[in-house]
Amino acid sequence: MLLMPCPWCGPRDEPEFQFGGEPATRPIPAAEVSDQRWADYLYLRTNEKGFHRELWCHAGGCGQWFLVERDTVTHVIHRTLKPGEPA
Amino acid sequence: MKRLPTGGRIDRAAPRAFTWDGKALGGFKGDTLASALLANGIRIIGRSFKYHRPRGLYGAWSEEPNAIVDLAWKGEHDPNARSTLVDLQAGMAASGLNAWPSVAHDVYGLIDRFHRFIPAGFYYKTFKSPRWETFEGRIRQMAGLGTLRRSDDRRRYETRHAETDVLVVGAGPAGLAAARAAHAAGLRVILADDRAAWGGSLLWREGVIDDRAAADWVADTIAGLDGATLLPRTTVFGAYDHNAFGLLERRPSAADGWATERVWQVRARHVVLATGAIERPLVFPGNDRPGVMSAAAVLQYLREYGVLAGNRVVLVTNNDSAYETAHALIAAGARITIADARPELGAIARRAADHGIQVRANTVPVNTGGRHGLRWVDVAPRDNLAARERIPADVVAISGGWSPAVHLHSQAGGKLRWDAAEAAFLPEAARPGQHLAGAITGGTSLAEALEAGHHAGTVVASTFGRASAVLPPRAEPAAAPSPIAPLWFVPVPDQRQWIDFQNDVTLKDVALAARENYASVEHLKRYTTLGMANDQGKTSNVNGLAALAAFTGREIPEVGTTTFRPPFVPVSLGALAGMRHGRLYAPIRHLPSHADHLGNGAEMREYGGWLRPACYLRVGETVPQAIQREAASARQAAGLLDGSSLGKIEVQGADAAAFLNLLYYNELATLKPGRLRYCLLLRETGVVYDDGVVARLAPDRFLLSPSSSHTAGVLAMLRAWHQTEYPAMQVAFHDITAAWATYAISGPNARAILGRLATSIDISDAALPHMAIADGSIGGVPGRIARVSFTGERSYELSVPASHGAALWRHLLDLGARDGITLFGIEALSVLRAEKGFILIGTDTDGMTLPVDLGVTAPLRNKKVDFVGKRSLLTPDATRPDRRQFVGLLPADPRFVPAVGSHAIETADGKRRSIGWITTSCRSPALGRSIALGMIEAGRARIGETVELFHLGQTSRATITAPCHLDPAGERLHD
Repeated sequence: MLLMPCPWCGPRDEPEFQFGGEPATRPIPAAEVSDQRWADYLYLRTNEKGFHRELWCHAGGCGQWFLVERDTVTHVIHRTLKPGEPA
Repeated sequence: MKRLPTGGRIDRAAPRAFTWDGKALGGFKGDTLASALLANGIRIIGRSFKYHRPRGLYGAWSEEPNAIVDLAWKGEHDPNARSTLVDLQAGMAASGLNAWPSVAHDVYGLIDRFHRFIPAGFYYKTFKSPRWETFEGRIRQMAGLGTLRRSDDRRRYETRHAETDVLVVGAGPAGLAAARAAHAAGLRVILADDRAAWGGSLLWREGVIDDRAAADWVADTIAGLDGATLLPRTTVFGAYDHNAFGLLERRPSAADGWATERVWQVRARHVVLATGAIERPLVFPGNDRPGVMSAAAVLQYLREYGVLAGNRVVLVTNNDSAYETAHALIAAGARITIADARPELGAIARRAADHGIQVRANTVPVNTGGRHGLRWVDVAPRDNLAARERIPADVVAISGGWSPAVHLHSQAGGKLRWDAAEAAFLPEAARPGQHLAGAITGGTSLAEALEAGHHAGTVVASTFGRASAVLPPRAEPAAAPSPIAPLWFVPVPDQRQWIDFQNDVTLKDVALAARENYASVEHLKRYTTLGMANDQGKTSNVNGLAALAAFTGREIPEVGTTTFRPPFVPVSLGALAGMRHGRLYAPIRHLPSHADHLGNGAEMREYGGWLRPACYLRVGETVPQAIQREAASARQAAGLLDGSSLGKIEVQGADAAAFLNLLYYNELATLKPGRLRYCLLLRETGVVYDDGVVARLAPDRFLLSPSSSHTAGVLAMLRAWHQTEYPAMQVAFHDITAAWATYAISGPNARAILGRLATSIDISDAALPHMAIADGSIGGVPGRIARVSFTGERSYELSVPASHGAALWRHLLDLGARDGITLFGIEALSVLRAEKGFILIGTDTDGMTLPVDLGVTAPLRNKKVDFVGKRSLLTPDATRPDRRQFVGLLPADPRFVPAVGSHAIETADGKRRSIGWITTSCRSPALGRSIALGMIEAGRARIGETVELFHLGQTSRATITAPCHLDPAGERLHD
């Protein structure tokens, strides 16, 4: 059970959070995007072993989405970022 | 075996009567079930899993591999009680398992005669043709342990959550010293120990700490931990990420109605693992005979419970620790012979010899004998195994060294290293936030354990910038012990030597596995089931992999260990569930008028997490009859429906309209204040996620009505898109579902009934046309009326604050009485909406349904903004001409209602193929016949065609129609 620092609320237990997967940038304007590019945005994720960037939502708390940089092998959480915070 | 008149922690003034296999026995308060059985001379307590060999006590605590029993007490039942972990209580009824008629006389014991023919893997190799499943049932009947009773577990279990500065696991000398130091530094401490009494090894090993008897030091230390959370009888069974721990607290003496077990979920800034070590058995021929016991366990039974396990004891060891047992047994009046496998007698052995104990160096056991228990043991020089000598014995106390209890360290991701000098796997290094003290780090003296524990406590304190206010506890330094001489097995051919007692894994099985190239320790485990019994290999693990190393010509570190996984001891499902079962598993939501529904005869059922009326039964009516009557009344006169569970999400802000227009499929920018629009909400994949009516209350204020079961999901979706894609937009969301009670009056008399309602809202058709909404007062309280219809009839939806809901419900019933108002439930609503061809999300749609499949195509053509899911509606798959489309179906036989899930079949080239299926079907009271809805390939182009339906071998026919079966022009909305 991970202990994850919500950028607004501080460290909280994993069950308070909702996993949002790897961030994917929405291609815009969507109407001009190829089918392939759109399918990649919808479905293609790198799923790296080790260092990983993920979106999580503190759904059971403040309800805010944020970015997590963590290691999927050691489970070390390097840092969490508010949206728009310089990476 | 006998109970001594003095000694131990038991209270001889408090006898505890219990039964074993129906026979009345007695023990004392402070006994475990195991110690009481031993005191009563019960030698055979179990039968082994595979060969049905008689088994007695080997250990005294959680390492015990044999003594699992069926236990009943106070109306409760545990089919697999571990007798060494059970606090004896008066009235307990225990009996043996895996045997018939009893463990002492088990007819299945005959199986053991054929052991040569049933080696490891025998069952899987033999019973594979035609299928393992053909034989599985019979084989499992002969194996296995306890039998469940078919009754509910009425015990109460609870879950607790805690957060602490430091969790100390184990209250032996190291753990107590650590807790004491951390507590003295002002830290929040949780101290957990799986024993009922504090002290760990100090409960059965002698020592002097700070010039006091160890027991007094333990009592003083515990008394000094003022304000700390002290958890005796609590096993830390699992270590999880970031210092999260699972603890099982047993509370056998809890008063009636209180929890007998609690699972604690603890998050600790730091953890001190002072978990000690487990004594390993020696592997030699006949080592599973009842009476062969751990030397440490023999000492524990003696010192803790005043039970002398045997009068004639042969003590076999390869290390120094067993000598304390020898001295204690002699003091208690037993006769002792010591066989020490080491070639030379060390200092401690010579001292024993000086005390007159017969000590033989370089000596190992080669066989044991005795029916229903031990009578003799053969020993021989280690370098001349043929020179056997028989020694009479009723107990053989064995010590093969100590395996540190590294389980929690390893579960937390800690690595292990093989220490040849200790002949043990030790933690390589502590994990972050983890501190190790005492025997978990290898053999330590009492003085060293105290020092390491104190050190761990002060290190933890220093990370908080604190210093400990106590001096370290002191004990006499001990002389270094003579080194252990590994003795992994005795090379005697043809006789079975047990490694895993419970699962009957012998040395030969390991040899067979090695011969068949199961050379990885993980493969060995699965092939032989070594370590897979409910003791999880606590005593067998290291002996098994040492044997594998020998048979594969490798060193132990090359073989490695299997992965340690939680739980350390079995944890019942009841304890893990805690209170989360039955009605508390997923608490159901109730409507504001719940009591009125019950009074009105409602049949309540769960819909989307809410308990709602399915229908209202009248005397003598069946549920299907009630549904038909209610649906007919709503079309003929008026119906009243409780719609309070329908979602209500308020959306406010300067950008509310623009934001919702980006989210919803339908155009919302053009929606005028005071008006409603039916809208679909898509996922980015284009799939329809939800539908509902969107109301614009004001230019910057909207009210969404998602499906009851999707309200939380829609709110989460709005938030996610706002925060991650459109953060600059000025918009906020709020779920107000529970704040409002909402009732719908539907039918030709609805307008007349509402005309009698005291309200400030103008309900004339000019002021409140179909798909309009208005605020005002209703019966003196603030409310809202919306013209929206889920039935196809003229309908009004009235909302008032939830606390006024029940009163309004009764008032509407009164007002409508003379116009034939009828209560209708969810089932009648489903019939009414099916007649109209209105979809029900998740029933008529699935994870592939696009809005175009439902025939809703205008927004895709006309709406300019890049709404969620739009691009996905333009892909080749989304524009395929043969997509399944939403249609109506009229069965050829108007009395036949085809089952939901019936497939429409097309036959081409002699092959049948499904072209879609029925999603909704019912009898329509308005049409007096059966109707259906479904998803059919290119269904709109097939309207008028007849298709064949197929369901569970039955075929029928139906004609494809438009979805709307009744009043396609919608004239009834305005009647």
